[in-house]
Amino acid sequence: MSAAFVREQTLPPRAAPFAATGAKAWVMQRLFATPRDIAMTVIGFAAFVLIAMPLIRFLFLDAVWRGENRDACAHVLTGACWPFVAAKFNQFIYGFYPLDQLWRPNIVFALGAVLLVPLAIPSAPLKRLNALLFFVVYPVVSFVLLTGGNLNPEHFILGYVIRLEDHVDFVWHGMRAAFWLDYAFSSLALSLAVALIGRVFGTPISTALKVMVGFFALLALLIAPTDADFGLSWVETREWGGLLVTLVVAVTGIVAALPIGILLALGRRSEMRLVRWASVAFIEFWRGVPLITVLFFATYMLPLFLPGGANIERLVRALIGVALFSGAYMAEVVRGGLAAVPKGQYESAAALGLGYWQTMLLIILPQALTNVIPGIVNNFIGLFKDTTLVQIVAILDLLGQIRSAFSDPNWASPTTLYTGFAFAGAIYFAFCFAMSRYSLFLERRAGASQLRMETNRT
Amino acid sequence: MKRLSFVFSLVVSVAFIGAAHAGTLDDVKARGSVLCGVSGGLAGFSQPDDKGNWTGIDVDFCRALAAAIFDDPTKVKFLPLTAKDRFTALQSREIDVLSRNTTWTSSRDTSLGLNFVGVVYYDAQGFMVRKAAKVSSALELSNTTVCVQSGTTTQLNLGDYFRSNNMKYEAVVFNTADEVIKAYESGRCDVFTTDVSQIYAERLKLSKPDDHMILPELISKEPLGPVVRHGDDQWFDIVKWVLFAMINAEEYDISQKTIEQRLKSDRPDVKRLLGIEGNYGEQLGLTNDWVVRIIRRVGNYGEIFDRNVGADSRLKIERGLNKLWSKGGIQYAPPVR
Amino acid sequence: MTDVPVRRAGTRASWIFRPRVRSAIIQILLVALVALIGWYIFRTTRQNIAAQRLVTGFDFFWVESGFSISQTLIPFNENNTYARAFLVGLLNTLFVSALGVILATGIGFLVGIGRLSQNWIISRLCGAYVEVIRNLPLLFQILFWYLAVLTALPVPRQSISIFNEIFVNNRGITVPKFVFGEGGGLVFGAAAVGVLLALIVSWLARSRTIATGKLVQVWPINLALVLGLPLVCFFYFGVSISIDQPVLKGFNFVGGLRIIPEFLALLIALATYTAAFIAEIVRAGILAVPRGQTEAASALGLRRSKVLRLVVVPQALRVIVPPLTSQYLNLIKNSSLAVSIGYPDLVSVFAGTTLNNTGQAIEILGITMLVYLCISLVISLAMNIYNRRIALKER
Repeated sequence: MSAAFVREQTLPPRAAPFAATGAKAWVMQRLFATPRDIAMTVIGFAAFVLIAMPLIRFLFLDAVWRGENRDACAHVLTGACWPFVAAKFNQFIYGFYPLDQLWRPNIVFALGAVLLVPLAIPSAPLKRLNALLFFVVYPVVSFVLLTGGNLNPEHFILGYVIRLEDHVDFVWHGMRAAFWLDYAFSSLALSLAVALIGRVFGTPISTALKVMVGFFALLALLIAPTDADFGLSWVETREWGGLLVTLVVAVTGIVAALPIGILLALGRRSEMRLVRWASVAFIEFWRGVPLITVLFFATYMLPLFLPGGANIERLVRALIGVALFSGAYMAEVVRGGLAAVPKGQYESAAALGLGYWQTMLLIILPQALTNVIPGIVNNFIGLFKDTTLVQIVAILDLLGQIRSAFSDPNWASPTTLYTGFAFAGAIYFAFCFAMSRYSLFLERRAGASQLRMETNRT
Repeated sequence: MKRLSFVFSLVVSVAFIGAAHAGTLDDVKARGSVLCGVSGGLAGFSQPDDKGNWTGIDVDFCRALAAAIFDDPTKVKFLPLTAKDRFTALQSREIDVLSRNTTWTSSRDTSLGLNFVGVVYYDAQGFMVRKAAKVSSALELSNTTVCVQSGTTTQLNLGDYFRSNNMKYEAVVFNTADEVIKAYESGRCDVFTTDVSQIYAERLKLSKPDDHMILPELISKEPLGPVVRHGDDQWFDIVKWVLFAMINAEEYDISQKTIEQRLKSDRPDVKRLLGIEGNYGEQLGLTNDWVVRIIRRVGNYGEIFDRNVGADSRLKIERGLNKLWSKGGIQYAPPVR
Repeated sequence: MTDVPVRRAGTRASWIFRPRVRSAIIQILLVALVALIGWYIFRTTRQNIAAQRLVTGFDFFWVESGFSISQTLIPFNENNTYARAFLVGLLNTLFVSALGVILATGIGFLVGIGRLSQNWIISRLCGAYVEVIRNLPLLFQILFWYLAVLTALPVPRQSISIFNEIFVNNRGITVPKFVFGEGGGLVFGAAAVGVLLALIVSWLARSRTIATGKLVQVWPINLALVLGLPLVCFFYFGVSISIDQPVLKGFNFVGGLRIIPEFLALLIALATYTAAFIAEIVRAGILAVPRGQTEAASALGLRRSKVLRLVVVPQALRVIVPPLTSQYLNLIKNSSLAVSIGYPDLVSVFAGTTLNNTGQAIEILGITMLVYLCISLVISLAMNIYNRRIALKER
């Protein structure tokens, strides 16, 4: 190493070239680099000012804040008419839910927020309990609170054959003994039947019985609160509206879509050809048609498919359509997650002697679902936006309520329409933006942990 | 029972294939209320106020039905429907009776699986334009833009009228009456067309009702009446005769005011109608005092007309064709005997 | 030492445990279940139809419709049948979708590339566009464009006029229409031939560039073909041409070509909404192209626009095309929201008006769903073929 031309020490660092650092350089590079950039900057700035200034004036500076009817806003041409929103606020949020019962949806909203926030924070404790509360207990509580519960089912299965209610008329807090006796006997009989069939396939009778009885016991725990009489008055779903309906449709849609989507995704990856075909056909059908035709289907065709006596409320019919539709989309999300689980996981599960369902429930799905949470959140954003379509089948969601309020002559003013759009836009944007940011945060976190795993491996 | 309809019915219906259902009257009695499909907000016909109390001639008809069955006009639940889904709601048993200013046509009576019970309101289609447009006849409407509601006879009559008069027009079609009147008000259309009674009602929704006028031409027959499903004759009879009873009551001068006095009447036709003689109510599956209940609780045909759309209402529509046959109109009911 | 009970082969494992048998049983059960549900639905539906005496069948197609439609690509009036109304609706759906796809792709690429711009204000504006548009429901945007923007325009008498030729009002935009006299068809034929020839020339030139490495300037030839050929035809045959100018007559403008506001609102909303998603796809696609490619292209002396056009975008397309396809499909399906503002698309004309007038829900909704399914399948197929063509050919 004695070549003369090899330098022994490093050179002292030179100062950065002119206009490469500091605020001025940033401005020069990012705004005024070339004549074209200068032009674009000027145009862009002008566009910004042209959009932002009237918006600020409309929303705040020129807006009317107080008033009783359209007279307050009649003279204002460039400002929002906020009294309109204030006067219609209850309708926008709850629809025509009885005014003296508004505490019920309020509790549902509050409870949802209280349960959802810790669920969304990855480091919050008691995840499993929290998820159970949110996905199982919360829907039942919300259902009872919103509708009033006290469904009073008459028969389960056997009751259709043996009319127990003619002999037993004991009622406890709205729960009829006749039904619950029917339930007990029917579920026992069903469990036995399933266990006997399972015996043929080699499942021990005791295991099958345990599973089945456990299932029915859990189901009973879910049915019982909806049957019991809590003294709440019955509020029919056609009195619901506004943001309440938007959230009910979106949340029910996504919660119901999960099991449907998981089953379909498993079916699509199944080795059984017919199962695979059936799943693919089902998924591609619902994904190939517009949601509005699905809603038309649910509103106009579904009633024809059901026997004469059955009549399902309009909102419930729409919910069925939405659940099937978003189930198909969910299936594709879950499929992505399943595909991402390394093959070794399946092989290890097989090596442990686990059967198909054990492998899936204990090993594969937990990993797959955790991986696709961002996808599920994105799906939920889409569904949340799509709920606006229910107004086309005469269910008034938030946007529908606002739209119908436009035709109230008491509030006919030059800016009523724009005010309504501003309010609706703000709510939709706030929800969707927050969720999309959350999904991004999860993706980054997952990406970081992925990276960590990969670096550890090397 | 009353709340069975919700989620359980789905489970139940799958579990119990081919459930046979009882007659509508039994369903209604068991439920304790009549489910009545109405228009979502049409002044004079059916409109809820801020507190959810419904008023209107269509609404009062359903109240009369509830009065005849339960002797209580409040035992009725109103389901607001759009023009588009009113028939589906009836077909799918969401409602027991559709009382929603619906035009009686042959195809609706036959191919939709419906039965029209009679005519509550003889209407006709007309046009509304801005006074500023300086039009005095519908024949001057060539080359106009017309706002109309989808899925109504109105849309088809419009086509017929312009076609037969060789006039060009552009129809802009919307789903709900609200959207139609809103589009007309915003200036998207020159002409607003629907049944005249409805034009009167919709005009009240405009911010300046006096700037608009209704043209004299009437271009169609629009007999509006209640509808029931095919396949339940008893229910069909009840709904039909509730309407006839109200018209007959007006003819015999039986009103809310005069009922107590008319109960003492010697006239045999009045006695039959009020159930003092014969058992015509029981033949229908109701009680014999069914007409007394209707009149006491709701009133006769003339009363509900005047109260909701006629002289005592905001609409102030002339009775015109809807006068009794004995007074120069065409409202005529078969006798109870 | 504990004894582990060992299950001996052959003792309890009867034929029923063989995976093939088991899967066969499960599949048969599935088929049986599906068939049972299908049969049950079929039976109850038939019972319901019989009980309500509903009309069934497809005869309604040949019945006179009796209504008119505000925008038709083919002639339509009240005397035409429901079948033709169906066709009008379908064409309107395809028309707004095709234009929407083109516009959305254009805006989407511009915004997507703009988000990666060096220029801070441009990238921020593009970012804001994407965030705002993506997070608002499409129906909201359609209604906004329709109710808040287009119907808020002045009435015909106070139209905004541009050079006294184009009139903008709340009934839409009216522009002058060119009316060709005798032989107009020939001119259009020549134009079509010109476009075809230009495509062939471009393809030939491209093959030559690939073969020889020499750039061939084709745009003068193509311009001559596309514009020149019809012009030559026009003068040679002496085709007369007149301009049908819109004139305010009575209530509305007569003459000219009018674009109805329902169409405009739907088109703008669909294009801008889908563009926001396409922009994200384009951005991701461009970011997926390794930096070295850009740097190498710059080192070769290509300008930034050429780097994008010749090096980055062609590679990014491989990543972009699959999600782009699903965006196109979404756009077509979303065009069904036309029903909310009265644009006469398939759903509005067929599943709306026709369904109301005939009441045959099963037939009409079935056909409507089938049409959308077919469109989806055809487009997926076409895009798959295209995708295979531009896929990386590994040599």
